[in-house]
Amino acid sequence: MTKYSIFSIIKNAFNYHNDWQRAWGNPEPKKNYDIIIIGGGGHGLATAYYLASECGITNVAVLEKSWLGGGNTGRNTTIVRSNYLWDESAAIYEHAMKLWEGLSQDLNYNVMFSQRGLLHLAHNIHDMQEIGRRGNAIHLNGIDSKFLTPAEVKKMVPLMNINCRYPVMGALFQPRGGTARHDAVAWGYARAASMLGVDIIQNCEVTGFDIKNGVIKGVNSTRGYIGANKVGVVTAGHSSVMAEMAGFKLPVESFPLQAMVSEPLKPCIDTVIMSGTVHVYLSQSDKGELVVGAGGDNYISYSQRGSYDMMEQIQGPLVELFPFTSRLRMMRQWGGITDVTVDRSPIITKTPIENMYFNCGWGTGGFKATPGSGNVFAHSLANGEMHKMAQPFSMNRFNTGALIDEGAAAAVAH
Amino acid sequence: MFIIKCPWCGERDQTEFTCHGEAHITRPEKPKDESEKSWGEYLFYRKNPKGDHLERWVHNHGCKKWFNVKRNTISDIIEATYKPFEKLRNGKSNGKDVEKP
Repeated sequence: MTKYSIFSIIKNAFNYHNDWQRAWGNPEPKKNYDIIIIGGGGHGLATAYYLASECGITNVAVLEKSWLGGGNTGRNTTIVRSNYLWDESAAIYEHAMKLWEGLSQDLNYNVMFSQRGLLHLAHNIHDMQEIGRRGNAIHLNGIDSKFLTPAEVKKMVPLMNINCRYPVMGALFQPRGGTARHDAVAWGYARAASMLGVDIIQNCEVTGFDIKNGVIKGVNSTRGYIGANKVGVVTAGHSSVMAEMAGFKLPVESFPLQAMVSEPLKPCIDTVIMSGTVHVYLSQSDKGELVVGAGGDNYISYSQRGSYDMMEQIQGPLVELFPFTSRLRMMRQWGGITDVTVDRSPIITKTPIENMYFNCGWGTGGFKATPGSGNVFAHSLANGEMHKMAQPFSMNRFNTGALIDEGAAAAVAH
Repeated sequence: MFIIKCPWCGERDQTEFTCHGEAHITRPEKPKDESEKSWGEYLFYRKNPKGDHLERWVHNHGCKKWFNVKRNTISDIIEATYKPFEKLRNGKSNGKDVEKP
């Protein structure tokens, strides 16, 4: 695999683009690895990449049951932000934000990270108090954001109907927030990890764990037994299934969360808009589609579909806030299975099984944290001790009571 | 969208109901005697199975009563609905299995 550059494009242009090499390797699984990562989504691939690039461990495999980024990584609304209330969350999401800012260069892969700014609207007194508290809290944590008046919001997004049923009273604006191309994040991490020697193994579903005396020795998979010194499980909505296989329970429930895209439009919305109260969030993709998200169903399910009534509940607020969308056709709709914890914060933790680690519980907002999550999880796996930023997110907090309640900062409280 | 058979009202549209998670969780008799581990498990740890799940629903926009549902979380097919103090036997509820609260 060669590095992507302007010269490689010119060189390949002369060969009519017939000689591009595959983006990442497709090896057969080895008998044994230092570390196995289960789950080839953004977080898992990022973990593998940082293990190889920062921790110097390259005898690593990523096992993915279908194709890379086919789960929640390819099903989110691509929003990136770090305006979370509590110190612990601010630290890890801001860590991710700083990595996002150099990610395309780091990976030699254009993840199309666009810091177009992110507006969180307030529609009532409580919203104003919430953004006031959170805006000031994140300011103390060194995360820049601005309070906007309705007039400033209108100036920024002229198409918005600020005098809607629940008039816009203000907004919290994070200028460094934005979007990134979600597929490219998975592909970029996979390619960069593969170039450093990590084995990316697709179509390899883990069917069981080999645990002896409470220590993990390897995994059984659809491509045979693979031994491992350490195993990191990063399987989002299926984390409970993995934990059950290993013989313990997680404080996680899996809910379908849906989103949709419209037919392509000319450029009309150049920022990200979120509203927890009227319950919609949207941005415009580079292809011109409005990416609209959406509501979660309140029953657990692994069906990767959202319910129909929720679609209507998304369209209503969208049309109210942006009347021009009333005749817009929605092109695609999909659901992802989000692993939700009761305090809406992730779980990055050791488990009752020695040398087995879980990174899950990112719920409805994991995409934005991809680089930070992978980075701290990689360091935790490499050292055998949880990274400082990961420590507060241990699963023990559900027993000690030290919850990190991000119910409000999850912005659209699903 | 589901059609849910409320044990009191009969078949209604899903939008009349809300789901409230795993059924048959009993509050410990003496919370003060619980350890951090067992109390945490009672509060936060749930089954979350990929397959059959027993869960509680409320008919908010109807009779406002609670009941239990057996639903498959892969297909979303509802296999049975039954009243709170009934037991499920062979996938069916019957009034004879009523347990006194």
